[in-house]
Amino acid sequence: MAVYLDNNATTALDEEVLQAMLPYMGQVTGNPSSVHRFGRLQKEAIEQARESVARLAGARAEQVIFTSGGTESNNLLLNGFSRHDENRGSIALSAIEHMSLLEPAQYLPVKVDFLPVDEVGLVKPSAVKEAVTVQTSLLSVMTANNETGAIQNLAPLIALAKESDCFFHTDASQAAGKIALNFVESGVHAMTLSAHKLYGPVGVGALVVDKRLPISKLQFGGSQEKNLRAGTENVPAIVGFGKAAELALTNLQETSTYLRSLRDALEVRLNKFDAVTIFAEKADRLPNTVQFGVDGFDGETLLMQLDRKAIAVSSGSACTSGKTEPSHVLKAMNVPATLASSAIRVSIGKNNTLSDIDVLLTALNDIIEINRHSAVMMAANV
Amino acid sequence: MSEQIAKPIYLDYSATTPMDERVVSEMIKYMGPESSFGNPASRSHSFGWVAEAAVEEARKNVAQLVGANPKEIVFTSGATESDNLAIKGVAHFNHKRGKHIVTCKTEHKAVLDSCRQLEREGYEVTYLDPMENGLIDLDVLKAALRDDTTLVSIMHVNNEIGVIQDIEAIGNICRERKIIFHVDAAQSAGKVDINLEELPVDLMSFSAHKIYGPKGIGALYVQRKPRVRLEAQMHGGGHERGMRSGTLATHQIVGMGEAFKIAKAEMAEENVRLLALRNKLYDGVKDMEEVYVNGDIDHRIAGNINISFNYVEGESLLMALSELAISSGSACTSASLEPSYVLRALGRNDELAHSSIRFTMGRFTTDEEIDRTIKAVRKAVEKLRALSPLWDMYKDGIDIDSIEWAAH
Repeated sequence: MAVYLDNNATTALDEEVLQAMLPYMGQVTGNPSSVHRFGRLQKEAIEQARESVARLAGARAEQVIFTSGGTESNNLLLNGFSRHDENRGSIALSAIEHMSLLEPAQYLPVKVDFLPVDEVGLVKPSAVKEAVTVQTSLLSVMTANNETGAIQNLAPLIALAKESDCFFHTDASQAAGKIALNFVESGVHAMTLSAHKLYGPVGVGALVVDKRLPISKLQFGGSQEKNLRAGTENVPAIVGFGKAAELALTNLQETSTYLRSLRDALEVRLNKFDAVTIFAEKADRLPNTVQFGVDGFDGETLLMQLDRKAIAVSSGSACTSGKTEPSHVLKAMNVPATLASSAIRVSIGKNNTLSDIDVLLTALNDIIEINRHSAVMMAANV
Repeated sequence: MSEQIAKPIYLDYSATTPMDERVVSEMIKYMGPESSFGNPASRSHSFGWVAEAAVEEARKNVAQLVGANPKEIVFTSGATESDNLAIKGVAHFNHKRGKHIVTCKTEHKAVLDSCRQLEREGYEVTYLDPMENGLIDLDVLKAALRDDTTLVSIMHVNNEIGVIQDIEAIGNICRERKIIFHVDAAQSAGKVDINLEELPVDLMSFSAHKIYGPKGIGALYVQRKPRVRLEAQMHGGGHERGMRSGTLATHQIVGMGEAFKIAKAEMAEENVRLLALRNKLYDGVKDMEEVYVNGDIDHRIAGNINISFNYVEGESLLMALSELAISSGSACTSASLEPSYVLRALGRNDELAHSSIRFTMGRFTTDEEIDRTIKAVRKAVEKLRALSPLWDMYKDGIDIDSIEWAAH
């Protein structure tokens, strides 16, 4: 049986979520925009899911806009906001954001500044003070990083943005379901969520938007989702997102304690390898994530060797998987390029057990030992 | 004990369709902890590869229904996104060549609103008037084309009246002038034969949930030879060869593939059955006075009939027919009480446009349901006309158009 430890890439749909979705995947259908009863039932299901997602985010239901996923949410935010931003003309993103923010930012008609991070991957208030000027209209810093798991201390950053009358967005795709979120109290104006990172279906996400944030739609052709996202709603997926959010919130403490126990067990033993360096180790991190480098190894080779042993992990983001460049996140943290190119990300899920961790550690040990032996042998032959 | 309430009859297949059970059982293989749930973009392990293989199999099935190469299929979140990507993507990419676009007044909102957005960005759009039967007059189209026209967007089958445009003729006109041609085929795929290998079409939008597949997934055909270039609308990861970023929803894509595969196998037979049902429905009501079919009856998909019952108010008719799930037009505009812009574009007056009902039949519609529908429609129309002063005047031979209404 293969061991899946790549839960930050995507998670397995929860059985209960699947059961909630199935009634909307069969013979009974309807377009939520239709006025007849078939349509109305679909609409009601969407509104119920909206309530659940809002509760997970600590937001109000009317603030939740469903999209096709985290990538669309981030694109909608940047595009939809920058069209209202003719006066100031500048936004700032942290250097370690997901590609779905960094890439679209290049196409915006506004100036984009990047906030540096320290060696554990955190944005310091001083960086915000330096970068945010009167021209800056939007600041975006993710809640927790998908590669290292580092959790930002957002409160002081939000306070600084507020002083400059600057809107604040946070991508909480990786954080949701792993740590508590509080949209309303935190004072952020927009938050990105994704369902398939929290045992919900792929193909649905949300942008939580405070009504003070000026934004217009990216996709045209209907007034769905408060006129911010045209297109027939993906009802089964939205229902699944709602159920996943409900379960995530109910089990938040329990799940996070469990994930942390597995992660800590892994880290204690990882730290015994001389060649291993855990990234962002000193930062407060998501309970399920550990990214580390193995000195003297090539990350892609390591991944393939682990895959041969039926262990699924990754080097970093799945979205940049297959590319040979080292991670932009580690680069921003000033990790030396050779160490960064040996990176392995282990992201634990609620379906994993301690024995999965054992399997991984045994495999790693074998790979590292064999390699060391052959290195010694080669050295002896020279 | 009152009589048992009969199960409502779903005749709104153009709004959305129920999922075929065969589609659901394919999808479930990619849903749940025991399934192949990997992220297709994960290149480092077999969970990702299995998902990627499933996506590629589905891409092949989608391509085969429409005679395309799998490499020409780009998955999106639905036809609305496909239309946005095609229209804005081509217009933006070619803005140095020209900023003029031609479309038709009867297009779906996804096309019209994308064009409106381009107008706000400084583009010029010509909205063609269709002929009275809903089809495009090719001479009118030719006359609208200019040197700076970069894109023509015409739908294959109209969502309200079901008429089928001659996309081959339109495409040839565009090819002669080197203008890119986009076709919204959300309502035609799986209902009308499409062979993109031969058709002069550069871009084509598809939806899964209109042909018994899941909601939230669609595709855009982007011709490779010669290659059609467009600007992506969503960035972040470069999925789908850079044209559409975002994690691929494996189970939805698999569902779309299965739906398209089934459509290919069963379309011919299904069309015969649907045409018989549609003829039966129309034959069952056409002998009533003042009944008009909207849109050409011959160039039309089998499962659609759109009828105006003059002197009956459409919304009242919908309410009187609450046992039927039908609509007065597009679901996307159904909350508004405005008469259908499609029927207005055909030159129908407000009264006829207001009294229209769209019946759309599909895979699970039965003969018995059509019998019940005919009975219900006749009863409701007769009852509403009996209450209508306009109907009385019509019966008394008064020309209603000649009446000057007092202002109120």
